[in-house]
Amino acid sequence: MPDTGLLFWMLVIFAVVLAILAKWGFPVITSMVDKRKNYINESLQLARKADEKMSNLLKEQERIIREAREEQDKILKEAAEARNNIISQAKEQARDEAAKILAEAKVQIEAEKESAVSQIRSQVAMLSVNIAEKVIRKTLSTDKEQKELIRKMVDESLKIEQTSGN
Amino acid sequence: MGRIIRHIIAIIAAVTFPVAALTANDAKGPAAGDTASLPGEAAAETAEETAPVIDIKAMLFGHIGDSYQWHITKIGDKDIIIPLPVIVHSSTGWHVFLSSRLEEGPYKGLYCAEGGKYDGKIVEKDASGNEIRPLDISITKNVAGLMINGIIVVLLVLACSRWYRKHDVLKEAPTGVAAVLEPVINFINDDVIKAAIPGNHSRKYAPYLLTAFFFILVNNLMGIVPVFPGGANTTGNIAVTLTLALFTFVAVNLFANRHYWKDIFWPEVPWWLKAPVPLIPLTELLGIFTKPFALMIRLFANIMAGHAIILSFVSIIFLTVKLGPVINGTMSVITVVFGIFMDLLEILVAFIQAYVFTMLSAVFIGLAHEGEKSPDGKTEIAENN
Repeated sequence: MPDTGLLFWMLVIFAVVLAILAKWGFPVITSMVDKRKNYINESLQLARKADEKMSNLLKEQERIIREAREEQDKILKEAAEARNNIISQAKEQARDEAAKILAEAKVQIEAEKESAVSQIRSQVAMLSVNIAEKVIRKTLSTDKEQKELIRKMVDESLKIEQTSGN
Repeated sequence: MGRIIRHIIAIIAAVTFPVAALTANDAKGPAAGDTASLPGEAAAETAEETAPVIDIKAMLFGHIGDSYQWHITKIGDKDIIIPLPVIVHSSTGWHVFLSSRLEEGPYKGLYCAEGGKYDGKIVEKDASGNEIRPLDISITKNVAGLMINGIIVVLLVLACSRWYRKHDVLKEAPTGVAAVLEPVINFINDDVIKAAIPGNHSRKYAPYLLTAFFFILVNNLMGIVPVFPGGANTTGNIAVTLTLALFTFVAVNLFANRHYWKDIFWPEVPWWLKAPVPLIPLTELLGIFTKPFALMIRLFANIMAGHAIILSFVSIIFLTVKLGPVINGTMSVITVVFGIFMDLLEILVAFIQAYVFTMLSAVFIGLAHEGEKSPDGKTEIAENN
């Protein structure tokens, strides 16, 4: 049979041990261990998240680089197009301008030519008149010749009057 | 849960049955001894001196029993004894004195009974000359052992919790006592307590179960140590295991939920098993008491038997002295080898029994909280026990 005294003391001792350990012993330890366990779990989750983020960032980075390259290509293409446009426009303009200048030059040349021809013509006329004067002066140095001429001229003028009268 | 229960059954079957068989043999000892009025420890010692025949039974029960003094050893003719305080309330009131005082003769009518019903206990004579027991709350060897072991448990665990108070767990790994105790506490807390008790309840019971585990473990281990401050057979004493079982009984039944009581008084069995004659409810009601009772007996029997076996082995050396030096020498070698084996086995048993007691307590507490909504919203399905 269990001894009363031992039973009594065991109750007291165990109750005291339990009270002390339940107050200052195990809850501290288990809560701290739980805390650390949670911390480790959280850290692992964070690490996993960071890893995911990293891989996402890498993907993002790749995407951005690809986009930048595409953009670059586009810009280069556009630039080339623009250049070609400008050049062709410039060429056209130059051609137009050249044509205009040419036309103007032609007009001017024509005008110059016209004026030159008219000048030449008047000078030729003057020269002709002078020459004619000189020739006439030479031929009309005698009266006979003068009379002959006058008669010829009258004849000619008469002929002109006849033809115009018809 | 099913896995745990299978686990438990396997351990119980492995540990209890062989030892129970041994205790059954041992149990015949005191029963026979009582009728033959077994001589007490002091008487046994005097018998050893005078008679060539060694009273093994007296030696054995002297070692695994309780006493008013702590007998450490004997050098020559001189006993090395730590006297312990005797506290009794006799017919003449409270008396407190050292047990060594009794060697000089009766102290105020109190003396140590030799033989009879109260063998080895402090008794006084009533008016008609019969020996009666006064109210006795002496600090006996077992009480002193319990105190020492209790202090050891408290110091160990408080040293561990002190480390956690002084250090940042998020930055440092535990060192010293904390490093030793943390894995054990974690193992019991996670694999036994949290596995057996559903939901948030485990937090409430963890301090008790952990205290019980370490208290039993330290007492078991200190019981194996042969010299002071070890050697007191505390967990091999039924009063000690009774108290522990009582705590578990209270822990199980005091906070049990409705489902637990319904399962006892109106279990889900065919109506004729519970309606006219409440067969199953009666069995279940009995089960409330048999569970802690089994806890009490298991721990007590295992530890007591372990001590008895080791002591029996050791006494073979002294028994074979008269058979001549050859047999005595051979037997001594065998005995020492077996003794070492048994001591190692006892260390294993010390741990297993502490573990089994804690686990079964946790499972019983868990069963008292099954079938209710746990805080995470899942309904625990009550398993048949």
